[in-house]
Amino acid sequence: MSTIATEKPLTTDITAWIESNLSTTGLVQDLRKEGLSYFQQLGIPANKAEEYKFTPIARLLEKNFNFSTRNAEAKSIDINHYAIPGLDANVLVFVNGVYAAQYSKIISPATEVTILPLREAIDTKKDLILVHLGKHADHKADALTAWNTASWSDGVFIHVGKNTIVEKPIVLYHIHDVREGQTITHHRNLFIVEQSAEVTVIEKFDSEGTGNGFSNVVTEGVVAENAGLNLYEIQNDGGARYHYNHIHMTQANASRVNTFTFSLDGKLIRNNLQLCLDGEGIESHMYGLYALTGDTLADNHTVVDHRKPNSFSNELYKGILDGQSKGVFNGKIFVRPNAQKTNAFQANRNILLTDKATVNTKPQLEIWADDVKCSHGCTTGQLDEEAVFYLQARGISKETARAMMLYAFAGEVLDAIKHPVIKEYIDTIISERLHKNF
Amino acid sequence: MSKDNQVLEELTSKEYEHGWTTNIETESAPKGLNEDIIRFISSKKNEPEWLLEWRLKAYQQWTKMVEPKWPNVTYPAINYQDVIYYSAPKQSAKAKSLEEVDPELIKTFEKLGISLTEQKRLTGVAVDAVIDSVSVATTFKETLGELGIIFCSFSEAVQKHPELIKKYMGSVVPVNDNYFAALNSAVFTDGSFCYIPKGVRCPMELSTYFRINAANTGQFERTLIVADEGSYVSYLEGCTAPMRDENQLHAAVVEIYAMKDATVKYSTVQNWYPGDKEGKGGIYNFVTKRGLCAGDGSKISWTQVETGSAITWKYPSCILKGDNSMGEFYSVAVTNNYQQADTGTKMIHIGKNTKSRIVSKGISAGHSQNSYRGQVHIMKRAEGARNFSQCDSLLMGDKCGAHTFPYIDVENSSAKIEHEATTSKIGEDQIFYCLQRGIDEESAVALIVNGYAKEVLNQLPMEFAVEAQKLLALTLEGSVG
Repeated sequence: MSTIATEKPLTTDITAWIESNLSTTGLVQDLRKEGLSYFQQLGIPANKAEEYKFTPIARLLEKNFNFSTRNAEAKSIDINHYAIPGLDANVLVFVNGVYAAQYSKIISPATEVTILPLREAIDTKKDLILVHLGKHADHKADALTAWNTASWSDGVFIHVGKNTIVEKPIVLYHIHDVREGQTITHHRNLFIVEQSAEVTVIEKFDSEGTGNGFSNVVTEGVVAENAGLNLYEIQNDGGARYHYNHIHMTQANASRVNTFTFSLDGKLIRNNLQLCLDGEGIESHMYGLYALTGDTLADNHTVVDHRKPNSFSNELYKGILDGQSKGVFNGKIFVRPNAQKTNAFQANRNILLTDKATVNTKPQLEIWADDVKCSHGCTTGQLDEEAVFYLQARGISKETARAMMLYAFAGEVLDAIKHPVIKEYIDTIISERLHKNF
Repeated sequence: MSKDNQVLEELTSKEYEHGWTTNIETESAPKGLNEDIIRFISSKKNEPEWLLEWRLKAYQQWTKMVEPKWPNVTYPAINYQDVIYYSAPKQSAKAKSLEEVDPELIKTFEKLGISLTEQKRLTGVAVDAVIDSVSVATTFKETLGELGIIFCSFSEAVQKHPELIKKYMGSVVPVNDNYFAALNSAVFTDGSFCYIPKGVRCPMELSTYFRINAANTGQFERTLIVADEGSYVSYLEGCTAPMRDENQLHAAVVEIYAMKDATVKYSTVQNWYPGDKEGKGGIYNFVTKRGLCAGDGSKISWTQVETGSAITWKYPSCILKGDNSMGEFYSVAVTNNYQQADTGTKMIHIGKNTKSRIVSKGISAGHSQNSYRGQVHIMKRAEGARNFSQCDSLLMGDKCGAHTFPYIDVENSSAKIEHEATTSKIGEDQIFYCLQRGIDEESAVALIVNGYAKEVLNQLPMEFAVEAQKLLALTLEGSVG
């Protein structure tokens, strides 16, 4: 394995930051301390570290953040400005990492689902917290996850009981109020979906103001037998957000997980998405679309770990890169020795619109079982000029023709969204990005 | 005996057919690596001062470097002080013609099917034969000389054509390129050198045959091919080693320099001793191979069939610097028992309208691990670059592993890159079909594997293709069921 290069001075600064913010009481204080000690051991990865080869996270943190000041004070915000229009859902709002009850509303009945800020759940749901928190997302291998484990300020606890389908989606708005300086936030989410239950969760990230914000979000959980989870990540923050997002879900027999990651704006977006298929007959779909412009860097690292036989995974990530943006994709598929009859597919397709934009992709298959069907494909190219010409010949302007083609390219991911309101909203923001106005 | 029977017999007979040793008197340097050893090698080879300095500089660099740990292979730490860096068959003076070469040596190569004398009449392949550290014979020198082609051992080239060596050695693989390239630069003992002049099409295949004979030695040879404007050459490389319980190190460097409109085709059938069924012994094959398409319209094509070595770790690469230049990489890597392979290629597109094509077929059986690792890098000014990559893996048995690590880095919007990879196993229906037609399971597997690898085998020159096919079957023998 690659040796992990680290940034020493920065690690020391951040360690001091963690220590000054570390809460030493409560149920999870041992876990927090463990997180801190692993963070110190691992250190912030330097540019040479394989997993962060194209994402200079150390440099960006060093340049843009001061680890000796506190977060900017959160003032009142207009939540409607950020809300997904027309979506009838449970809403939880976090401003600068703190749960804002005044903007939140939970409409699903308590018999259907337990939705709590994690801080509250620590007191009221001790048993489940002790079983699951810190048990799925690996803070022993990744420094940023370790940092989150030590420093999370709040997050969401979702528990769906057996045989329940949660009708209304749960939306988490993560807002950085950076009107008066920088903010550094750590969120921790825990999702427990019991047998034959189903739930949809949406996370959306926005900034109020122009200051720098660093968010470190770790989501972990289990999807039990025959249960389902739909997870949407909407990363369209026009502010100076540096976003690290780590999702780790463990799946049991015949469970279904669908993830959708839309990366549209921000300074840095790093997604670590890991699905651990620890059962048979599982179906997992991972969809991603990154349509970037300006100097945005979006780095998607995904891991599908097939541990048992007879499961299916499918991954489709598409990228449209404009301006000086940078797209990074690393998709790992592991098929463990006894995971026979696995079907795993992965595709990554990119369109480069300018010479200043770059794409670095690394699809990676690691297979230790022989009776499997695995494939990956990846392409990088540009719009088919002949097709653009075809449209132009029919009286459509070049700009519109290109926008149409890009929209169609993105369509493959959009089509996979089942929820009509979410689909419409994402369609709108993507059309906006692609200047589609026909 | 019909041809089929012969193939069958070969299939079912022994494990590694080149595992014998020859008793020839050798002259060796003491074990270990230090500046004195390098001076010793240099003086043995009667080298000019500049080359010794070059070596010492490389050694200095090497001592500052650390052995890379990123390949997907595991092996116990190599003790670089426990290796003999120079071992040569004893010869009174450098043989002037084949008649003067030790008959035992000629027999050695005859046994390997590389008859140094017969070759002249039969196949029309010019051979440079390298045993342990030195080149023992080069055939067809005169015929090639008439066309102005220089084909000789590296040491001879150092003596006779120092200006060419000085100019091109290290121009493609710099001394400090990587750990093993630096080691090789410090201690390389021989190898082949080839220069094709302007506009000449080399009329025959040129070939180097490497053989490790002595125990405890490492082989460090260097090959340098310079193809001048508009020339063409096809180059073959073969290698074998005796069966020994300890691991032996082979760290070679191959450099290809292609000028405007030149074409170089480099084919390897690598059959180093892979170790026994328990994974004991075998060669560590850590090789740096790189070609530079320096001129416009040049082309470098690598074809490799990797069946041997306990550990294979090499990435024959192309730097596509000239506009409209082209790089190709065709590979079949087979691993069985406890073999490990981490192999692939790098295609660095610098010039405009450069093209590259990668076809890699991995086959793993037994407890082996087979990795493809490759990079396609399209630089900013590589307008209109085009790449197609395909890497397939075939798994036989549930104890082996297949891994792919392709890196695709694109910095130019007019580039078109395609990459696809699949992993599968031999279908039971395919085997059944063969069984029905009276083809036993072992032959069926050989048949299917050969079909799977055909795209690559087709790129090999005829003589090699036949050998490679047999080798594939042999390596996989006993891996079914």
